[in-house]
Amino acid sequence: MSDVSRHNQREWRPPGHGGERAFLTIFGIILGTYALFILLLIGADLAYAGRGTPTQSGWPFAQAFLAAFRSPEIRSAMILTMVSCTITAILSTFIAIPSGYLLARYQFPGNRLIDALLDVPIVLPPLVVGLSLLILFQFLPPGLRGMVVYKRPAVILAQLAVACAFAVRIMRAAFDQTDRRCAEVAQTLGCSRWQAFRLVELPEAWPGVLTAVTIAWARALGEFGPLLIFAGATRNKTEVLSTTVFLELSIGDLSAAVTVSLIMVAAAVAVVIAARTWGSRTFKI
Amino acid sequence: MIVLDHVSIEQDAFRMQDVCIEVPRGAYAVLMGATGSGKTTLLEVICGLRRPTAGRILLGGEDLTDATPAGRDVGYVPQDGALFKTMTVFEQLAFALMVRRENPEIIEARVIELAELLGIQHLLDRTPDGLSGGECQRVGLGRALSFRPRILLLDEPLCALDDETRSQIVDLLRQVREHTGVTTLHVTHNKSEADQLGTMGLRIENGCVLPLAM
Repeated sequence: MSDVSRHNQREWRPPGHGGERAFLTIFGIILGTYALFILLLIGADLAYAGRGTPTQSGWPFAQAFLAAFRSPEIRSAMILTMVSCTITAILSTFIAIPSGYLLARYQFPGNRLIDALLDVPIVLPPLVVGLSLLILFQFLPPGLRGMVVYKRPAVILAQLAVACAFAVRIMRAAFDQTDRRCAEVAQTLGCSRWQAFRLVELPEAWPGVLTAVTIAWARALGEFGPLLIFAGATRNKTEVLSTTVFLELSIGDLSAAVTVSLIMVAAAVAVVIAARTWGSRTFKI
Repeated sequence: MIVLDHVSIEQDAFRMQDVCIEVPRGAYAVLMGATGSGKTTLLEVICGLRRPTAGRILLGGEDLTDATPAGRDVGYVPQDGALFKTMTVFEQLAFALMVRRENPEIIEARVIELAELLGIQHLLDRTPDGLSGGECQRVGLGRALSFRPRILLLDEPLCALDDETRSQIVDLLRQVREHTGVTTLHVTHNKSEADQLGTMGLRIENGCVLPLAM
């Protein structure tokens, strides 16, 4: 939670007069309904996986997970997911720090155009991102195309195309909320431009960096459309957990699809908790 | 000694032409002017954060017009201090010496000396969060003095302070002047502040810097 929003909050007290009570009740019902809806989504997955099948005995929930972990295809997808998401998160942040910094600090020619361009991967339908990547590589040398398209690098590139835009937005917000003058003072105190950035500006934007890493990781985890088109869904090769859900569903194994979904829910929840704990304390996205 | 020799500054709609200033060594100059008259811009030009479009800037007799801010040996205290939020007061006071790779013992001795001069010994472990306006000014002043600059630039250090803190900081600035003898340019829009502290006065009017009767 940001300092700014905390500043605008007040401690909960039972509403006093009738008008305020009605106002808060209506808003409360809307917030509660949506929160309940999200809980039900996760709860339904848990209940389905826990119910098991008529042939299973004992702990169906645990058995379903064990079966998923025993499957070489799912294990391979899990490893590729973790590795590709981590690489994507690191690359996204590496691009987002200088990009977000320039957008936050300077008004340069084309500033607004680049700012608008950054929204394109966020608002484009995911399938269009994948298709555009595929078309772009048709114009590139066949050697490079052969190394990337329908191979593992395509997984990272497809994830990066979208995740990076989110990371840049976060870093821009983070630098927007730091004081430009601190870096200027640091320079008068003897710092070079690089030192002022490394010793003063980056530490002040550090919660933003952690949020950018975690959000980019979570976006990469959820990526599916661009992956399917640009990297394919070949088992043991370019399959990640989101494609596993799709492949298991397509062969009619709903139980495996739900189990893999729950693994992704657990990973996403862990990432959200990490982002909330580290990142969003001191600045507002 | 601060010399601005026919300096011109242009930024967007703002313009200052042919500014000439001479602040002798050890003097405490007070620069007055209305809000938006370019007082802060002038300080930024002197400490190298902004480039003049024409003219020369001489500090201590050296032409430093093209020098980086780090190479000017100027201590700068911006309005409200602009303290580093992630550092403790100790780290802020030690920062300039740490960047210069001074010996840790020398750094610690200097920080303690400054903290005593400024009356902030009890704040050394605190971060700027929750410091009062007066405390922030003291820390900002200590940070700017830490590397013993030959010139000190103060941007409205008494603005937004209550009367009691204001008079404490005025006393402190007098004490700093006596203790260090640093050439100072103090920007303000308050005449009584100028009378209390300045050994010479300047005022900005319509983009020109003129002498101010003290």
